[in-house]
Amino acid sequence: MARIIVITSGKGGVGKTTTAAALSMGLAQRGKRTVVIDFDVGLRNLDLIMGCERRVVYDFINVINGEANLNQALIRDKRCDSLYVLPASQTRDKDALSKEGVERVLGDLSDNYDFIVCDSPAGIEHGANMAMYFADDAIVVTNPEVSSVRDSDRMLGILSSRSKRAEESLEPIREYLLLTRYDPMRVANGEMLSVDDVQEILSLKLLGVVPESKAVLNASNAGIPVILDRESDAGQAYGDMVSRYLGDDVPHRFLHPEKKGLLSRIFKG
Amino acid sequence: MPNTAGDQQRSSLNPNDMAEKPTSSITDADGAGPFELKAASFTLPIIRLLDNDIETVALRLGARVEKAPDFFRNTPVVIDLSDLAENAEPVALPQLVGVLRGYGMIPFGVRGANADQAAAAEALEMAILRDSYVRRTRQLGELVADMDPEPAPTTVSKTPKAPDKAPQPPTEPAQPRAAGQSGFMLITKPVRSGQRIYAAGGDLSIIAPVSSGAELMADGNIHVYGPLRGRALAGMSGNMEARIFCHDLQAELISIAGHYRVSEGIPNELRGVPVQIFLDQKILRIEKL
Repeated sequence: MARIIVITSGKGGVGKTTTAAALSMGLAQRGKRTVVIDFDVGLRNLDLIMGCERRVVYDFINVINGEANLNQALIRDKRCDSLYVLPASQTRDKDALSKEGVERVLGDLSDNYDFIVCDSPAGIEHGANMAMYFADDAIVVTNPEVSSVRDSDRMLGILSSRSKRAEESLEPIREYLLLTRYDPMRVANGEMLSVDDVQEILSLKLLGVVPESKAVLNASNAGIPVILDRESDAGQAYGDMVSRYLGDDVPHRFLHPEKKGLLSRIFKG
Repeated sequence: MPNTAGDQQRSSLNPNDMAEKPTSSITDADGAGPFELKAASFTLPIIRLLDNDIETVALRLGARVEKAPDFFRNTPVVIDLSDLAENAEPVALPQLVGVLRGYGMIPFGVRGANADQAAAAEALEMAILRDSYVRRTRQLGELVADMDPEPAPTTVSKTPKAPDKAPQPPTEPAQPRAAGQSGFMLITKPVRSGQRIYAAGGDLSIIAPVSSGAELMADGNIHVYGPLRGRALAGMSGNMEARIFCHDLQAELISIAGHYRVSEGIPNELRGVPVQIFLDQKILRIEKL
């Protein structure tokens, strides 16, 4: 049985797709059979971030409608054998996601994979509901600013009431917080909410803090999940996040501005 | 020093709004006139029709009234037609009203009526109550089963003794949990933005944070052992003795029996500290604990 993870936020542009790409690549690199599904029907992006947009033939909606089978639609990642991408349709709208159809596809995938990562669209409408409905775990991606925190809070309420687990009174979805686009410098200057501020409002288990980084945009443009950029702080932060998700106790990094030490001043000028 | 809220808590009664909230907006600006407009919410029995055969209803209702005639005497009731809204066969509303009056009830309004039913109700000079917000949200599946809000005060909380399910199911599905046997409700998980919780007929205790944008309602007291950032409305059914106790007051709005104060009216020295909120001579007071 695969574990279904939804990457959600409520607000748009906070880094859901970047996180979905990084998490699925990270899990796959650790040998987990992983499939990442784009639920953003009509505005598909995941294939771009994963660098497989030219290989999309059939999509999630085709599979739901029975126009293609799963093996035809799944795209194997060229960098990692145990990672597959199920792209969204760009030509349909979100109503094409039927609950029965999504359940069937997830059920079929569940037998052959360890993790199913669902990349949720923004908002709290149908597409987002379908992405989180069957989830076992939820990673709530939040930026350190008030509107994103408020939307995440709303999303957490929806997760605890509208999901399958909630409706059937099963064990609730495990909820994790991932803080992205974190700028320790601006936090130190009091211009941005700190990790503690966000934690106080959301009171969730903190899965990771990803610093604001140029590497993210570069990676997205190049179609390479940023987690593969091991030199970058964002790539390392995502790596830590995956380890923490899998149960390792990794200390949080990138929470404080880099101190210009004596040595770096001497050697870097 | 306890603080008074001056004229902030003068609220109004908008009849169309009465099923929704006790804290509606101010319409009577100067309070010196011959009357005072106030909001109040009442707990009323609802006769929810599940069958449009009035004879059957009358028969079963008769048996029910026999058991507790005092309960029904001069009791205003609301007729809930929402389960029959899709029904093709029209409801014989005049007969039904006659039957109810015959048993001593005062049917004064309907809710959940479709266009035809609403017209019939209007012809009988009955009020059309806005369909409960709860019902709609519940259909959307938005709310947690054990956090059922039920903000509409037009629900039955005093249930007649007889436990059998006669034509008037006294409580709606999710409510028994809310009201409970003891009229008490305990929430242990954070209350998130957009969630509403209603403890019908009793106290509400929360041992987790309440986010801004969340709404707590109780007919009795509200206790929050965590930051209260959302809204808290105690004494929903008009109980002026109800109080709000909270560990860390950062609320957007606090209200007791319709007397309310918004965040701006809460002095800074009372924010972020443990307080109790109560009515003293109909004036909302916030006192440090």
